Parts: sequence; C-alpha cells; structure tokens
Amino acid sequence: MIITCRRPGFLAITLIWSLPLWGCTLTVGSGKDFIRIADALKQASDKDTVMVFEGTYAEGTLTIRKKIIMIGIERPIIDGGMKGEVLAIKSSDVIVKGFRIIRSGSGTLDDPAGIRVYNVKKVILEDNELVDNFFGIYLQYSSGCIVRNNKIMANASEEQKIGNGIHCWKSDSLTIIGNKITGHRDGIYFEFVTHSLVWRNISKYNLRYGLHFMFSNDDDYINNVFVANGAGVAVMYTKNVLMYNNTFAESRGDASYGILLKDISDAEIIGNSFTDNTSALYLEGANRMVISKNTFRDNGWGLKIQANCMDNVVQENNFISNTFDVSTNGSLVLNTFKNNYWDKYEGYDLNKDACGDVPYRPLSLYAVVIENNPVAMLLFRSFMISLLERTEKLIPSITPESFRDDHPKMKPLDL
Amino acid sequence: MKKIASFVISDILRNKVILVYTLVLAVFSWSIFSLEDSTSKAVLSLLNLVLLTVPLVAIIFSNIYIYNSGEFIELLVSQPVKRASIWTALFAGLSSALVVSFLVGIGIPVVIFIPGKTGLILVATGIMVTLVFTSLAMLCSILMRDKARGIGLSVIIWLFMTLIYDGLVLFLMFQFADYPIEKPMVVVSALNPIDLARILVLLQIDMTVLLGFTGAVFQKMFGTTTGLAVSAILMMLWILIPFYLSLKIFKRKDL
Repeated sequence: MIITCRRPGFLAITLIWSLPLWGCTLTVGSGKDFIRIADALKQASDKDTVMVFEGTYAEGTLTIRKKIIMIGIERPIIDGGMKGEVLAIKSSDVIVKGFRIIRSGSGTLDDPAGIRVYNVKKVILEDNELVDNFFGIYLQYSSGCIVRNNKIMANASEEQKIGNGIHCWKSDSLTIIGNKITGHRDGIYFEFVTHSLVWRNISKYNLRYGLHFMFSNDDDYINNVFVANGAGVAVMYTKNVLMYNNTFAESRGDASYGILLKDISDAEIIGNSFTDNTSALYLEGANRMVISKNTFRDNGWGLKIQANCMDNVVQENNFISNTFDVSTNGSLVLNTFKNNYWDKYEGYDLNKDACGDVPYRPLSLYAVVIENNPVAMLLFRSFMISLLERTEKLIPSITPESFRDDHPKMKPLDL
Repeated sequence: MKKIASFVISDILRNKVILVYTLVLAVFSWSIFSLEDSTSKAVLSLLNLVLLTVPLVAIIFSNIYIYNSGEFIELLVSQPVKRASIWTALFAGLSSALVVSFLVGIGIPVVIFIPGKTGLILVATGIMVTLVFTSLAMLCSILMRDKARGIGLSVIIWLFMTLIYDGLVLFLMFQFADYPIEKPMVVVSALNPIDLARILVLLQIDMTVLLGFTGAVFQKMFGTTTGLAVSAILMMLWILIPFYLSLKIFKRKDL
C-alpha cells in the first residue's frame, strides 16, 4: 500500500514561518491508497486529509479520533447497514464534507445517528446528505461546531420510531446554517444549547416540531423556514432568544402552533411571517417579549396570548385575514398592543396621522366564547353571532376593556 | 305540467320584484368583489347575503306569488289537469325562476372571481337554500288561507331558521358544556338548512381555524365526501318533505 504524501516545499516553510505543517492526503476508493475508510482513518494522523472517492462503503460504525479533514469526492455513500451509528466524531477540529450517509441503526436507548459528535470543539459538518438515519446529526457536549448546508431526510411514520434531524445537547456556540430537514421527529432540537446561531435552515414535514428548543439561552434564529411540521415550532423555558425574519407556515391541527412559546422571557420576535397556521403564535408564561414587525396572514388565530403573560409589547405587526386576530383565556391584561395594522379595524383617521382615531379591540367576543366552549365553533359566522359581536364591540362586557390597541394603523405596514 | 311550469317561469321572470332582486344581488356581489381585496372576505360577505337575503326573498316572494295566483290555480283545477301536476308545476316554475335570478345575480360574479371549489360550494348552497325556502313557502301558503297570516308564518319560519335556532343551539351548548356534546351538536346544527349551508361554506374559507376545533369534528363530519353527500341528502329532505306535505294538503283541499 502506497501513501502519497505531499509535503510543501522547503522554501515555502522558510518563507511562511507561522504556517503549521500540512498533513498528508490519504485517498480511499477502488484503485486508491485504501479500499476501506476505516483503514485510512486508522493510518491517518492529525492534520491529514482523507479523500474518499465515489462508491458505497458499508463498514459499520466509523470513528474519527484524529484532527483530520474527511472529504467525499462525487458524494460517496457511507452505509450504516441499519446498525448503530454511522459516523462518530470523537476528536476536535474535524471537517466532514460531501458524503451521503445512510441507514443508521434505530433505537431509543443509545440514540444512533448519521453523524454523532462527542464532547469536542470546532467540528465542521458541511454539504452532507443524511438519509434514513434515526437521528441525522447529533452533537453532544460540543462547542464551536458548524453544521452547514446538509440535507437531512427520513420517512418516518411514527414519532417513536425516529429521532431528530439536527439534535444538539449541552453544547455552546454552535452554528447551524442552510440545512434542509424533512421527515424526522423534530427538525432541529436544542436542549441546553447556548450562544448559538440557527440561520437559513428549512425544516419541513417533520412529525413533531420543526424547531424545538428548551433551556437554550442566548440563541439567535434568523431567516429559517418552518413549513407543515406536525405541530409547528415549540420553544420552552428559555431566555434571551432572538427570532428574526423566520417563516412559519401550515402548522395545522388542534395542538399545532406556528410558534408555541412556553415560559420564555426577554425574547425578540421580529420580522417573521406567519401564514396558514391554526394558531400562529401561542404565548404561555411569556414575559418581557418584543413582538414586532411580524405579518400574521390567513391564520385561524393570529396571537393566542394567555393571561399569565406579562409586559409583552406587540407593536407594528400586520394582522391580515386571520379568522381571529387575538384570543386570550382571562380578563387580566398586562401586555401592550400598539401601532398594529388590523384588517378588521373599522375606525377613521380625521387628523391624517396614519393612525386610527378610535382604539381597536382585537379581542372578539366569539374568540372568548370559543376559548371557554370550543363546541360553539359550530355557530361561527352565523347571523346571531354577528349581532352579538356588534353589540360587544359597542359595549364591551365579556371582553376585557383594557385589551385594545389605542393607535391602530390605517394601512398595512410595509414589511 | 310542462306548459304550466313554463308559463309560471315566464310570468315570474317578467315580474318587477324578481328583476329588482336579480339586480340587487348582482350589484351587491359585483361591488363586493371589486371592493374587497381578499377573496375570503368577499366570500364572507356573499355568505351573509346567501344566508339572509336569499331565503327571505325566496320564502316571501313565493308565498305572495301563490296567494296572488289563487284565481289562476282555481281556473286550472277546473280543467282536466291533475292537481298534483298543477302544484308540482307551480313549485318547479317558482323555484327555477328564483334559481335563475340567483345564478344571474351571484352565480356569474362568483364563477368569474372565485372559480374553484369554494365558489362552487357557495353557489350550490345558495341554490339549495332557495329551493328549501320555496318549498317551505308552498307549505305556508297552503296551511294558511289568509294571506297576511301566511306571510306572517313564513317570516317567522325565516326568523327561526336564521336567528332563533342558533340562539337555542348556543343556549344548549352552554347548558351542556360539561358533557361531550360535539357530535350531538353537529347533528343538531345540521338539521337547520341555513346552518348546514353556513358550515359547508365555512369549511372552505376558515379551514385553519376549524382544524383547531377539538377533535376536528367538523372536518370529520362534513369535510369528507360522505359528509358532503349526507349534507346534500339533508338539504334534499328539506326541499322534498315540506313540498310533499303541501302537495298532500293541496290534493284534498277545498279551494
């Protein structure tokens, strides 16, 4: 077996002191240095590059224990053979790029994954396709890792029989960018993950949540798309979260939410678009949130804000053709609504300051009635209900009087 | 029978009231479609038109027409024509004339602006509602010999169907809120043709919110093809039963 080793020229080293020594390049494939990836991984030392050429490699679990770069040329397939995990990374500073990783084992005891990263730093997983694995990418006790432009697909039928697309646990400073995840349990799952960025990912058709995070403080979620996941997006027990410019669409069903916020505080939800969800944004125990410049369109309920939410500011959002703009379960109002555009607003603007002169009460009587008695949905939009609504608008009796937007916009905000 | 029906149709279509009715429907629906930028809102406004105006006009107009053509009916009865065919022809003429004006007034703009399932369901329910209330009008006019009482009865029926029935249902819902009443309540509201029509259209425009309804009872009961078929059958019963009763009375009635 021949190992081609390309050391840089002596001149280069003398010229550039600071550069570390290059590693060797080990090739894997038929007619290359190695036939099996496992042999190459065994031979490789830190800073080496392992180039894997086209082909299917079914070698059981592959474990990377050295600081190497592993690159797939023409997308070689690593087949886990439905046993255990496919690729385990147990060294820091590893790059894995360009593979198609398929068929990990399944089981809820040891959580096998397509790529599992154990307790390390600065691992980059880029441009891989992970198909039919139990978990797609699984990071635990890791920090500074980048997961970029991977496609993660599975076809699960039941939540119990599949893991999450990108599962991160007890990690810090992760960057999850541009991944596409379909058919897993949760698209992206964060638990105890801090200071991380989730950017431009697309999470569709997952069985449970498109994004699910708990106890994950100081994270940013920007420009992601969450569509038609079983129950939308759920975020719980977290503080200091930024959610900018995400799209939440087609979360339909009784317990399905565009975003479900439970015990969240000091978060910013800005510039997102919520379309065609049963409940676009559900807040329970959420405090000191800023919800602004979002567009709520064609949802069943735009904003379901429970009475245990406090000091939230809802301003400059567009509420367009939702069945109910807002709903709540109590009469206590500790949140501020201002300068939103409500398409159901019927007021006027005499002083031409683009804000309506009469306050708007976004909480409709019937939203309250249905909150207490869901069966009453049967009578929705009947003549009698419209009459009751009109009366309630003139003389609020059931809906809390202070639940109102004092300066509603006359025209939709340009978002 | 055909002759009588066609005579009734041509007579009604030349009637000024029906012309105004058609015109008003047309003006309303065209202006709704040109003013509203979102189709779902437009459908909602039209739905109110279909659920309130259309049944009211259908029941009152048919009622008055039958009273006014009392002499004509007596004349026909004296001829060698079967009573059943006279009455059926009258119903066919009245209802088809009303359906034609509904189609011209609302059907055409709906087809132009919202082609597809939603529009189709809206027009279909409108036609059904027209037929149901024409048939109820026939029953009213045969039950009451006096014109004023007949019209009064038909107004009460209209009010009951559109308003009072829903109030009662709402009352029941709150009285039995602690019990699993979803299915019985669906059945109860399906018994009222106006409610049935409303729910059928609602399933098209408020899909997202209805999916949130506990157990999505709606979807299960009405959203499926069987549900649609059952709804259609219920509507047909609402058309046939009052008409059949009125026919039975008319056959034996001393005019």
